[in-house]
Amino acid sequence: MTADGEVLASLQGVHKHYGAVRALDGVDLELRAGQVLALLGPNGAGKTTAISLLLGLLRADAGQVQLFGHDPQQLAARRGIGVMLQSAALPETLNVAELIQLSASYYPAPRDLADVAALAGIEDLLKRRYGKLSGGQQRRVQFALAVCGRPRLLFLDEPTVGLDLPARQQLWATVRALVAEGTAVVLTTHYLEEAERLADRVCVLLRGRIVSDGSVDALRARVIHRSIRCVSTLDAAVLASWPGVVQISRDGDYLQLRSDRVESVVRQLLQADPGLSGLEVQPAGLGEAFTDLTAADAAQTQREAA
Amino acid sequence: MNSQYQSMLPVMSSRQVLGAYLQESRAECLRYLRYPGFVLPTLLFPAVFYLLFAVLLGHTQPAQAARFLLGSYVTFGVMAPGLFGFGIALALERDNGLLTLKRAMPMPPLAYLLGKMVMAMLTALAIVVILQLLATTVAGVQLNASQMLRLTAVATLGTLPFCALGLLLGTLAKGNGAAAVINLVYLPMAVLSGLWFPLKVLPPLLRDLAVIWPSHHLNMLAQGALDFEVGSAWPHVLWLLVFTVAITAVAGWRLRRHG
Repeated sequence: MTADGEVLASLQGVHKHYGAVRALDGVDLELRAGQVLALLGPNGAGKTTAISLLLGLLRADAGQVQLFGHDPQQLAARRGIGVMLQSAALPETLNVAELIQLSASYYPAPRDLADVAALAGIEDLLKRRYGKLSGGQQRRVQFALAVCGRPRLLFLDEPTVGLDLPARQQLWATVRALVAEGTAVVLTTHYLEEAERLADRVCVLLRGRIVSDGSVDALRARVIHRSIRCVSTLDAAVLASWPGVVQISRDGDYLQLRSDRVESVVRQLLQADPGLSGLEVQPAGLGEAFTDLTAADAAQTQREAA
Repeated sequence: MNSQYQSMLPVMSSRQVLGAYLQESRAECLRYLRYPGFVLPTLLFPAVFYLLFAVLLGHTQPAQAARFLLGSYVTFGVMAPGLFGFGIALALERDNGLLTLKRAMPMPPLAYLLGKMVMAMLTALAIVVILQLLATTVAGVQLNASQMLRLTAVATLGTLPFCALGLLLGTLAKGNGAAAVINLVYLPMAVLSGLWFPLKVLPPLLRDLAVIWPSHHLNMLAQGALDFEVGSAWPHVLWLLVFTVAITAVAGWRLRRHG
């Protein structure tokens, strides 16, 4: 129906204040068809505000917010989205099938009840009252309500909090299947692994500004450090003074190092300890990239303040 | 640019929109019907009070008393589903994220209010039917079909001004505090409108103030339906209409502003 990569929703020069607190300070963001965007950032960075603006729950102080080319507060625009929020207490005395039927009635071309149940993995829960379900089951029902309307753009706010590993992996597989069908996804998460598994684009918000926007690999590449792990009897305190060693710790027989000159450090290690074994070198994960960005931002703030 | 996006948004037929309204009403009714914490006090309190005052203590009173108390306790009864059904639910749902989720989803905003209105009116209908059954079978009140129909209509529609008031109180209180706030409005208003004691036992100032309470006007309409002499119904109807519209407007403004 529409070309891949088309802009479905956008924030343009958006500012939002709560009293003296700047929640968003000039944010530009475009959500494109067929894309999974992970919105990352520490608490208070502005993730929730950005999502709330796109959902029409808040109005921007300045700048433009569009959803399918409309104001998100218009009902017609929101018929194209599905929403799973971090916390929403659904009516406890309704059963799962009734909740899905109600949500599906808001949409022009909803999925069948059976399809929704299969997608969310809740076929065996349909007749159960929502209040009698476990936290993880409730979360899956909330996911079902988000996808029941066949949305073109799916908002998932911390979708796997409270899910065990198999349930989490099942949800990831479902999201990937929906993306393959052409659904775009906006994901906020504290689990960097989740962003790594699902997202093809990662946007990092810090103190109301976007400080990084690109692919997972591009974000990783911003980090020049890699990890070295090996079994060695060398003294960690001595190694800490080697050039290129950024960080070092001992974990039983193992030494754990971070280095921005991995090759030269490994060469030195092998020379210094002929008995060294179990050598592993690992690229930076999203976690390290994220920590580095946050630290760099904090350092800059201090410089600005000084 | 907008026309290009228009094609991306599927259009909803008016039949589908109506479906959303019906589903919302059905869900609201089922939800409360299955919740004893709402159903039992709302249906039982007026019935128990009526039995106590009109039947057990009734033989010391004139013959008309049981008929008069029917009107009073119907009024007292139908205030509750509006005040509590709207007020507590809205206060809780503003607090626990359900209202936020519904506002983010493409729910027609009026479906939320209409669903709760239908629920309150059905509960009010149940209350007036139960009280009429008690009045005619236990309290020895003679009612003709016209009186019963008029009282039923007054009770079912009469819960709406209290839906509006509940809506407003639900925007003022948050979470579990709402029950206390609503009781602080509900019970004094019932007393000051002469639902529990005749107005003539109240101090003159409070007696004169009775005309400001919506429950007083609803009580007049209920007594009129039972053929007590209360004068023209129109001033009371008009007062309740103005009250409902004004309070709804304030509540709607607060909801749009504060969510």
